Amino acid sequence: MGYFLQQLINGLALGMIYGLIAIGYTMVYGIVGMINFAHGEIFMIGAFISIITFLVLGLVGVGWVPLALLIVLVATMLLTSVYGWALERVAYRPLRGSPRLAALITAIGMSIFLQNYVQLLQGARNKPLQPVITGGARFLEGGDFTVTLSYLQMLIILVTIGLMVGFTMLINRTALGRAQRACQQDLGMAALVGIDVDRTISLTFVMGASLASVAGLMFLLNYGVIDFYIGFLAGVKAFTAAVLGGIGSVPGAMLGGLLIGLIEAFWSAYFTVEYKDVAAFAILVLVLIFRPTGLLGKPEVEKV
Amino acid sequence: MSVLRVENLHAGYGHIEALHGVDVEVAEGEIVALIGANGAGKSTLLMSICGNPRARQGRIEFLGEDITRLPTHAIVRRGLAQSPEGRRIFPFMTVLENLQMGAVTTQVQHFDEDLERVFTLYPILRERRQQRAGTLSGGEQQMLAIGRALMSRPRLLLLDEPSLGLAPLLVRQIFSVIREINERDRVTVFLVEQNAYHALRLAHRGYVMANGKIVLSGEGRELLENEEIRKAYLEGGR
Repeated sequence: MGYFLQQLINGLALGMIYGLIAIGYTMVYGIVGMINFAHGEIFMIGAFISIITFLVLGLVGVGWVPLALLIVLVATMLLTSVYGWALERVAYRPLRGSPRLAALITAIGMSIFLQNYVQLLQGARNKPLQPVITGGARFLEGGDFTVTLSYLQMLIILVTIGLMVGFTMLINRTALGRAQRACQQDLGMAALVGIDVDRTISLTFVMGASLASVAGLMFLLNYGVIDFYIGFLAGVKAFTAAVLGGIGSVPGAMLGGLLIGLIEAFWSAYFTVEYKDVAAFAILVLVLIFRPTGLLGKPEVEKV
Repeated sequence: MSVLRVENLHAGYGHIEALHGVDVEVAEGEIVALIGANGAGKSTLLMSICGNPRARQGRIEFLGEDITRLPTHAIVRRGLAQSPEGRRIFPFMTVLENLQMGAVTTQVQHFDEDLERVFTLYPILRERRQQRAGTLSGGEQQMLAIGRALMSRPRLLLLDEPSLGLAPLLVRQIFSVIREINERDRVTVFLVEQNAYHALRLAHRGYVMANGKIVLSGEGRELLENEEIRKAYLEGGR
């Protein structure tokens, strides 16, 4: 029981990180109809901006952890957004209206470019960070297995839930969210009612990037070490999560992220750690075969 | 004063040119009908006025301003609204949200007033305001598409086949609403129709299009009595 509970906690925290990245994939796909394969690299850049900000804060002597975290959070969200915006502006916008394959190849190209860009600037070696948040709450002490909910996991879960609630409200309640949903359903018609489609797409990339940057920060805090290559695996996992939940659906991305996190945690705990990635990707294959629209996805067209 | 002036417009999709030099003019307060067979280029003309597809040659003026090279959203922000071919309501949004989308270009202050106006024209939309638009019937979707276009308080309303696929009773209702909009709200209307009989009876003036060109124009009644038009578009088509 205790062991099971522990895996549940670990899986949830991990799944939250995947979910945050997956939202970026699903939103961009929903509006532009392309898979932004460079999104994993945006997540990686978010992690790098976080570690650099932590080091700078250490140098200038900001020692109070909550303040440092807040500054890092804001800094990485802002700066990573600029990368997301520039990515769309430079690489994708000129290709709008060209065949999907062109956009896909460009996305893969941008992914390779961004990896090498960070490798060149930051070096290829691992970048470690001292644990920032330590300790946690213990449950079921004295039983056969003591469950620990670390303060870091609490932070990850709370911040992610907060972001997802805020984000869902933004999509469902605000004019910007309505414009995004309109673009998702019919890009040409959205322009015809007066929506600046280019601006809406830019903002979508900015929002996706800022959520991914938070995931980058969480990843850094959780694992304590990053390198220029982390975006690849995390990106593909989050993409799997988006497909599992139903690509194009924001609640689907959150749900898919949680499920992938839980599957990984439980697989590692009860079977073999070595095959946890296989488990996650086997899910992708199964979903694509048996339910291509995902758990919460809608069929491509709805015509009356 | 002319609200819309199209001169020598060439436009099309891909390698296919659908419009080969179209000239059209719509004056303030008019209802102008554009009739013609399937594939004549009527819908392309309406879309091209809104900048998608772009004019390859020629000039489009709206309220005296050259809008030929403006992006679509900038064109409609100048006071033009279109209810396009196939209605193109946002299917996963509620009726109310669709109407809110229609009001993207206008001031929030008169949103409630405009909403009330649309609900008065189409009371069924009020009942269905929280319903997902994709679940509406064809006629209701058509009303929603027109209502959405009206929410922006347009100077010029472009309507593409408002009667398509509707029961005769609904067709009459749609046309009487168009007349009411024109007379009460002084909205200029440029209307594409296959239902030539109804359209020409409603319109002040009409254009006939064939193979991407305007082949005939004149007063609505005058065109109705024209022998060629009777043969091509009216007989049996009623």
